[in-house]
Amino acid sequence: MTVNDWDILLVDDEEEFVQTLAERLNLRGLACRVAFDGESGLQMIEERVPDVVVLDMFMPGINGLDVLKLIRTRHPSVQVILLTGHEVDQDGMNAAKLGAFDSMTKPLSIDELTARMSEAVKAARS
Amino acid sequence: MLGDLFTRRFRVLQADGESISPERYESLKHKIACLMAVVTLLPLLVMAVIIYAENQANTAREANNNQRALLDKNRATIDLFLAERASTVAFISEAYGFQELSDERNLGRIFQVMRKNFDGFVDLGLIDSKGRQVSYVGPYDLKGRDYSGQEWFARVQASGKYISDVFLGFRNQPHLVIAMRHVTESGESWILRATLDTRQFDSIISAMGLKPGSDAFLVNREGVLQTTSSLYGNVLKPCPLPLPPVSFEARVIPIVAPGGGELYLSYASLPNTDFMILSVRPRVGALTAWYNPRWDMLAIFVSGVAVIFFVVFRFTGFLLGRVRESEERRALAFRQVEHSQKLSSLGRLAAGVAHEINNPLAIINEKTGLMKDLLGLGEDFAEKARLVAQVEAVLGAVERCRGITHRMLGFARRMDVKIESLNLNEVVDETASLLSREAELHNVSLVMDLDPDLARIESDRGQLQQVILNFLNNALAAIADRGSINVKTWNQDPSHVGLSVADNGCGMSEETLKCIFEPFFTTKGVKGTGLGLSITYGIVKRLGGDISVKSRERSGTTFTIILPVAAPASAAMEARCS
Repeated sequence: MTVNDWDILLVDDEEEFVQTLAERLNLRGLACRVAFDGESGLQMIEERVPDVVVLDMFMPGINGLDVLKLIRTRHPSVQVILLTGHEVDQDGMNAAKLGAFDSMTKPLSIDELTARMSEAVKAARS
Repeated sequence: MLGDLFTRRFRVLQADGESISPERYESLKHKIACLMAVVTLLPLLVMAVIIYAENQANTAREANNNQRALLDKNRATIDLFLAERASTVAFISEAYGFQELSDERNLGRIFQVMRKNFDGFVDLGLIDSKGRQVSYVGPYDLKGRDYSGQEWFARVQASGKYISDVFLGFRNQPHLVIAMRHVTESGESWILRATLDTRQFDSIISAMGLKPGSDAFLVNREGVLQTTSSLYGNVLKPCPLPLPPVSFEARVIPIVAPGGGELYLSYASLPNTDFMILSVRPRVGALTAWYNPRWDMLAIFVSGVAVIFFVVFRFTGFLLGRVRESEERRALAFRQVEHSQKLSSLGRLAAGVAHEINNPLAIINEKTGLMKDLLGLGEDFAEKARLVAQVEAVLGAVERCRGITHRMLGFARRMDVKIESLNLNEVVDETASLLSREAELHNVSLVMDLDPDLARIESDRGQLQQVILNFLNNALAAIADRGSINVKTWNQDPSHVGLSVADNGCGMSEETLKCIFEPFFTTKGVKGTGLGLSITYGIVKRLGGDISVKSRERSGTTFTIILPVAAPASAAMEARCS
């Protein structure tokens, strides 16, 4: 399993952040799709089911937790890594209940993110 | 009105969230004590005054009644004395004719019978209608005396009966005359005249049993003494006392003595004469029955007042002490709640700020990361190393910002609580090891006095590390150079353990001590956030412990925490939820 065949979807309303993150991942050989809100993220999932979705928790419209809930319902194999602006006990608890693979706090360490993506891809494909 | 006054004077007791100063409590204590004393003593005082006056009046009334009764009795005695003798003289004048009485042998025999039966007779004489004494029996040579020019002769001629005032007369001895005029059917008249020794009155008066300072005597209607007075002079001297009005009923009036002093004067007129019997008694003597127990009553009253004052002051002090304790507990609880609310509000604010900052920080992080990636992938150029260094610096700054926001989130107290069984000594050792190098650099010795038998506790290792780290950091900051930090643990009691961190650094002032647990209070200037001890306070409280601090300027500071052996229910619940 190489990073080249990972199918990653990044969903975040902070366009600058998510595009830059996608570019950095591309530099590491990961081809990522990008969505700027929950609805388009769900649409892109329907178009092609990814291995891992990196999902911001707080977004306008459908928020990250709702998107997570729908993914769990429709595509149980997809692993979700939740991104939060801050660590919140209640959010972490909700994420665990809804079945997120992991959660990370911004700003991210790119190496840590790729490490967790790797584990998530393994989980998705197992 | 009284209610308003009370409300105004005691509004200090109304709760306003502020504790009451000791001075105001002292003032309040005095006000309440005075009010209670006034409320208690005023009726007592009024009652005492009424009883005092009533008792005095009763005593005076009783004394006056006694004096009046005694006077009445003596008035009757004197009156009877005179009436008996007047009747005797009248009887003889009726029973015997002029011829019989003009014979001195007959007159002498009659006189002997009179003296035998009635004391006081001095002599007896028969006086014809022209005023000449025809016959006389007695110690003086008065036969043949002519009384026609004397006033008493005219009066007895006019009224038929006469009892004189006391006078000296020819014999120059105080005496009194009883004269009876007899008129025969033929119109012939004569007068039988007897004189009485007035010392008989003295005998009657002395039998009254007068108290010392008292006196009794007879006066005529001109106020001339008819008997000798021990206080106001001999017989026939004018009496200096004001002459009361004629009254045949005994009366008592208060007067002022000529030489000063209050007297009770009792008086009564004798019906058959112009005499009035007077009796004086000093007011003080009359009220002896009241004066003597007066001091006892006053002593009892004063003792009662003293006891009331003592009880009122002690009881008020006790009650206000309890109120004060309660008020202080309330104020402390209020401050703790206020502090908790402040921390909670700041926690929510910190969480919001952290979230808002973390998003742009994430963009900076990613952009800078991308720049670094691109620089790493691209070809070398002249300033590449310098540019990479700049990018690294930006990333370092981002990391610092991240640390700050995470600490702010820590302040929000939303870090996971992980309750586990742990040995506090191990946590102290682990944490102290983090700062051992810094302590060496500052020439500070870390002295560990850890109880090897310290009980294991259920608590949060990470948060305890944060607390201990904070104490040690503060201790290091307080020691400029060369010093020692003493860390001690002990078993406080079977259910609590204690930990103290003591330094011999600069210490803190009283003012600083009051504020050190307040958020954003710092003595480190721009280097400190002012959140360290606030967070520590919050953590210790969350873990069910207590925190205290003692400090003296230039001597050092000791932080002490007492932790429960068993985790509190709230912390355990939080741990389960997270």
